[in-house]
Amino acid sequence: MEGGKEKDAYTQACGIIEMDPSDLKRLGAWRGTNVRVTSKYGDVVVKAVEATQGPHPGLAYIPMGPWANSVVNPNTYSTGMPTFKGTPIEVEIAMNEKVLSSVELVQKKCRGEA
Amino acid sequence: MSQSVTDVICPFCGTLCDDLEVIVSDDGKKIEDIYNACAIGAEKFMHAQAAGRVKRPRMQQPDGSYKEVSYDEAVEYTAQMLHKARKPLMYGWSSTSCEAQSVGHEIAEKVGAIVDNTATVCHGTTLIAVQDVGIPSCTLGEIKNRADRIIFWGCNPCHAHPRHQSRYSIFPRGYFTNKGHKNRKVVVVDPRDSDTAKMADYHFKVEQGRDYELLSAFRVALRNEPLPEKVAGIPREKIIEAADMLKSGRFGIIFFGMGVTQSLSKNHNIDNAIMLTKDLNEFTKFSIMAMRGHYNVTGSGQVLGWQFGYPFAVDLSRGFARYNPGESTSNDLLRRGEVDAVFVLGSDPGAHFPISSVKKISQLPSVCVDPHITPTSEISKLHVPVAFVGVEVGGNCYRMDNVPIEARKVVDPPEGMLTDVEFLSRVNSRLEKLSGGK
Repeated sequence: MEGGKEKDAYTQACGIIEMDPSDLKRLGAWRGTNVRVTSKYGDVVVKAVEATQGPHPGLAYIPMGPWANSVVNPNTYSTGMPTFKGTPIEVEIAMNEKVLSSVELVQKKCRGEA
Repeated sequence: MSQSVTDVICPFCGTLCDDLEVIVSDDGKKIEDIYNACAIGAEKFMHAQAAGRVKRPRMQQPDGSYKEVSYDEAVEYTAQMLHKARKPLMYGWSSTSCEAQSVGHEIAEKVGAIVDNTATVCHGTTLIAVQDVGIPSCTLGEIKNRADRIIFWGCNPCHAHPRHQSRYSIFPRGYFTNKGHKNRKVVVVDPRDSDTAKMADYHFKVEQGRDYELLSAFRVALRNEPLPEKVAGIPREKIIEAADMLKSGRFGIIFFGMGVTQSLSKNHNIDNAIMLTKDLNEFTKFSIMAMRGHYNVTGSGQVLGWQFGYPFAVDLSRGFARYNPGESTSNDLLRRGEVDAVFVLGSDPGAHFPISSVKKISQLPSVCVDPHITPTSEISKLHVPVAFVGVEVGGNCYRMDNVPIEARKVVDPPEGMLTDVEFLSRVNSRLEKLSGGK
């Protein structure tokens, strides 16, 4: 995060979704497969990895960053705070799609290309 | 021969470690090594030296590429943008010094801007709760010396505040806690088996978003009132056992983080956590503290507080200070399209705001003042690189317990690079001329 957000290391650290092994199995995905995460508010391609701080079946975790922010609930309910946590999502395998870098992702989303 | 600079302040997280040692080359220009810092803090110092660092302002071209411009042009663009805007948003302020924040607020008053800091997506809901019910708090020093009951609720300091536990909360041997962690009982409330939870005596794996219920259950248990069999996925017996353990302590502290401030109940979670602290004070001494993220987000709240009376989301567009979270907060303003220019300093909304808000920033005249290349700098019309506070320039910062600490300068910034204060002061004097000295 402090090493430069334009770098690959940031994408590898935050362009991921941590999933419980049982959920990965249910999805039929290997660890390290790219997946498309879709919520009511948007969608994004990230890499599925096994939960490092699990087990937590049914719960998935995308670290704070533009990838997570592509799918979270932006509603603040008059507090100023978007609802960053507890967004219901669907995950599907997207093996042939690329995980974009933070800058690419934000630029493309802003231009409506992704 | 290298020289060593001691007692350096780390400008990363709200723990604001003040015991770093930085080895600097003899000419005082290059950082060679860093001792005592966590991995993230060390990375921040090293990144200041990275090759490919942007050293001059860059203006976005119609094709989306960036062209280098001079600081004079950058000052002119920023001043004109703020001068012409009817309701500009000035966001960020958490990764800079209090001195820079103060100049920024002077500009905001002049142009009738809205000043909002990163608390809006972090501990803003905490601030709302504090205004509702108050806050019994203490300093980190007291925790080190006295606390024997530590609760981490919805936070993971192992990763976010890496030295917090070794310096203040779990391991240090203090005056009344001379056995270190053996003196302390640690409770972690987190839906995941986080690395912090792995160190805990009690880990409550709360169901995601059910913190309010569990906080209420603790309050019920303290009163010896009946509880249902399970609350938020936690069996009744465990709650009662933990409540008794908390009561038996001499001094306790609740640290809480994004797990509670960003879940659906938001400020009501914190209301309840503060009331739990109040209830625990019937039995023993208890305090509560927010785990502030940026190294000077607390300072931004302080400076805004003593200048305008409100800790974040201060609307100066009517010539006097107004505060109404939900209306004058960045994400609401952006989502509703109520601002016509965006100035960002010391934060990265491009990466940390929901994408719908980011899109709005990219469509508006925008300036991003940041030493790094970030998603925000890459969608803003103008990116102004500045010196790193706490590495290349000193300044005042506030730790998460509201203790001010003066950050130190370690090396010189690259030649010709302005600091936050210098850049803002130049924008401020240009605005003075534009508004005809009024």
